[in-house]
Amino acid sequence: MIDLNMPEKVETMQNNMKNLARSMFRPISRKYDEAEHEYPKELDFFRNLPIMNKPKKKDPAKTAAPKKPAGEDGGAKLGANLGLIFSTEALCWGDAALLLSLPNAGLGNAALLAVGTDEQIERFGKKWIAMAITEPQSGSDSGSISTTAVLEGDEWVLNGEKIFVTCAERSDAVVVWATVDKAAGKAGVKSFLVEKGTPGFKLEKLEHKLGIRASDTGTFLLNNCRIPKNNILGSAEVKQGTEGFKGVMKTFDNTRPLVAAMANGIASAAIDFLKEQLEKTGAKLDYKKNVHNLDSVEKAYYRMEAELEAMRLLTWRAAWMADNQLSNNLEASMSKAKAGRMATLITQEVCDICGPVGYSRKYLAEKWMRDSKIMDIFEGTGQIQHLIVARNVLKLNSSELR
Amino acid sequence: MLDFSISKEQKMIKNEIAKLVKDLVVDNAHEMDETGEIQPETLQSIWEMGVSTAGVPEEFGGMGPGGSPVDTALILEELACGDMAVAVAATLPSLFIQPLLQFGTPEQQKKYLPMYCGEKYKPCTLAVNEPHFRFDAVDLKTTATRNNGGYVLNGEKCFVPLARKAEHIMVAASLEGKSQLFIVESGNPGMHIGEREKNLGLYSLESSEVKLTDCQVADDDRLGEENGCDYDRILQRTRIGLCAMATGVCRASFEFVRKYAKERVQFGEPIAHRQSVAFMIAEMAYEVDAIRLLTWKAASRLAAGLDAGRESYLAKLYAGEKAMKICDYGVQVLGGHGYVRDYPVERYYRNSRGISILEAMAIV
Ligand SMILES: Cc1cc2nc3c(=O)[nH]c(=O)nc-3n(C[C@H](O)[C@H](O)[C@H](O)COP(=O)(O)OP(=O)(O)OC[C@H]3O[C@@H](n4cnc5c(N)ncnc54)[C@H](O)[C@@H]3O)c2cc1C
Repeated sequence: MIDLNMPEKVETMQNNMKNLARSMFRPISRKYDEAEHEYPKELDFFRNLPIMNKPKKKDPAKTAAPKKPAGEDGGAKLGANLGLIFSTEALCWGDAALLLSLPNAGLGNAALLAVGTDEQIERFGKKWIAMAITEPQSGSDSGSISTTAVLEGDEWVLNGEKIFVTCAERSDAVVVWATVDKAAGKAGVKSFLVEKGTPGFKLEKLEHKLGIRASDTGTFLLNNCRIPKNNILGSAEVKQGTEGFKGVMKTFDNTRPLVAAMANGIASAAIDFLKEQLEKTGAKLDYKKNVHNLDSVEKAYYRMEAELEAMRLLTWRAAWMADNQLSNNLEASMSKAKAGRMATLITQEVCDICGPVGYSRKYLAEKWMRDSKIMDIFEGTGQIQHLIVARNVLKLNSSELR
Repeated sequence: MLDFSISKEQKMIKNEIAKLVKDLVVDNAHEMDETGEIQPETLQSIWEMGVSTAGVPEEFGGMGPGGSPVDTALILEELACGDMAVAVAATLPSLFIQPLLQFGTPEQQKKYLPMYCGEKYKPCTLAVNEPHFRFDAVDLKTTATRNNGGYVLNGEKCFVPLARKAEHIMVAASLEGKSQLFIVESGNPGMHIGEREKNLGLYSLESSEVKLTDCQVADDDRLGEENGCDYDRILQRTRIGLCAMATGVCRASFEFVRKYAKERVQFGEPIAHRQSVAFMIAEMAYEVDAIRLLTWKAASRLAAGLDAGRESYLAKLYAGEKAMKICDYGVQVLGGHGYVRDYPVERYYRNSRGISILEAMAIV
């Protein structure tokens, strides 16, 4: 039954996470924004905290009983995806770049958990794993990558260049996307676990960025890089059509709401900052008066808060669906399309409204404006999210709507 | 418990209303808008579903327990997806019944509820809006002052639905700086009901201005008598009602263009194949969902007995702005065809402006 009240337990959990962010992230937020590429050693505190966990083995007694589809009474539950969404938002209220730098919580870790075998999870579960999809010539069109993987005996041989890899320097291993059959197009794209230190695997350079400077972003060169045969994630078989590629893309259904939650966290930080400024000047926010009878700053404040509510609800819904085994491809993209864009606009507007206080590096508002912009770019740009939503609701395929 | 799923019962109510809307409203909405009339049979059929009397005790003619704010939001969305004017007209008695149910004294409930919870749809209405620049529902210009053991009302109201047909009008007025509600009988010599108004939207909903000039009412005509009522609470419920209708209007616009864009061919291809068109439709899709979720969230708070002041305020602000944007896109996707009244998107466009401007047109 529809009930969008936040359970008290969750609220408490989120407050705890926010306190953690307040005490551990905020004090070093500026420091690592300025010390670009330097690993925030304070984050070692999190190294052994279970942030991305191996999902608990399902109780066989429970899985045996036919699962009621969510949407029917009693099927709803609050699960791991939603939990991660709440903590991600709270931590990004502290600092999104530091969240991205949390040890052992890379995008590659998410991919490993989503599609890795028990044996692979055993071998790599304790490592920090980055994700390398993007190439100089393949950004949004990730199906067009040209890094190759060729099976030679018991080893895959990888060749190519990967750019914009988050946690490039800090990670212990990287999930690398490569094609095993260029002629097969998307169907030939597979992902491989490549450990740091493997000969032929080289970190080429680190980027200097607009924002999220505490998060390192780098380029890898793969030059006849040999990895064990069983380091392929998922099946090596090249299936007809796009089904296989869709499988690879499925991790995004879980990670896109996470990026949306990061956007929500930054937006909420900016909105809270504006609220503080407003309250210092004696404004009383009572959620009553016709907005047209308020001053423009109060009106802007309410509008942004309403947007944040919408961003959150779209995000929670996408994660809730994943927790309840409902296909959320559409809703995941909706959440990121909305949150990525609005967080960008909200942080811009907060800076503008705060004037000198927004512009000065004495405060964090300017940093949030720089940080938030990435949320509308990585894990699929805003345009790509709109493309996915549009194809979904219009029932068009990728050749009809390009 | 955070739960986004519709229960079986909720799905049932939703489907029943949807079927009624499909049979009686969708194909007639244009005609109703042009002639300015809603067929009485339509209102009666919706009335018989019990949309206004769920939650009213059986002894007063109601359906007994039920009618959670979330359920009502689902119903209002379905009705407004057919036609917003019908949604307002069909559920109008709720605007009178619900405040009575929540804040009326036992005597007031006994007097009025059976009168308006019978088998026949019988209009009764609520007057909140006022016809002036900078109108604010929490800062009413209409006043009530104590006089002769009762109250005297003075002021002007507008957009009062079915004011000319209603036997009782609940009037919002400021009493000693606090907004309160007063029940005024249609024959009261101090109350003058104007001609039918002509407005931007909701053509088929008859509404009028109501002038109150030294309008004397008795002490037991004040809702809740000496204790009065929690007007803010009623406003919260009506704001969520408007948001639920916004969801419906926007969904109608979205669903219409989603189909149209695949059928309309220009430059040798359906216009849906162009990103600038497809992306408008994508945005419409998630903004409709966003309005709905904000509505549900605010309604969930009411259902749990919590204050929904913040949530209903933000939801109405959001719905008002996005409804306009969505319905604007709706017209744009049809181009010139969207501008002519043969297609429903221009009606949605006009009706959507009311979401931000109007207050108290429906209640959850
Ligand atoms: C800080 C940072 C961290 C990153 N981390 C990672 C990582 O860990 N792993 C990884 O693999 N990648 C990562 N990326 C890469 C990121 O995912 C890509 O940059 C992104 O997907 C866009 O690709 P692109 O930069 O090549 O832009 P392009 O694909 O060239 O796009 C340029 C513009 O064209 C638009 N566009 C492209 N195609 C279409 C279309 N069909 N329809 C409409 N518009 C279109 C885009 O929206 C964009 O506005 C990271 C990037 C950054 C900046």
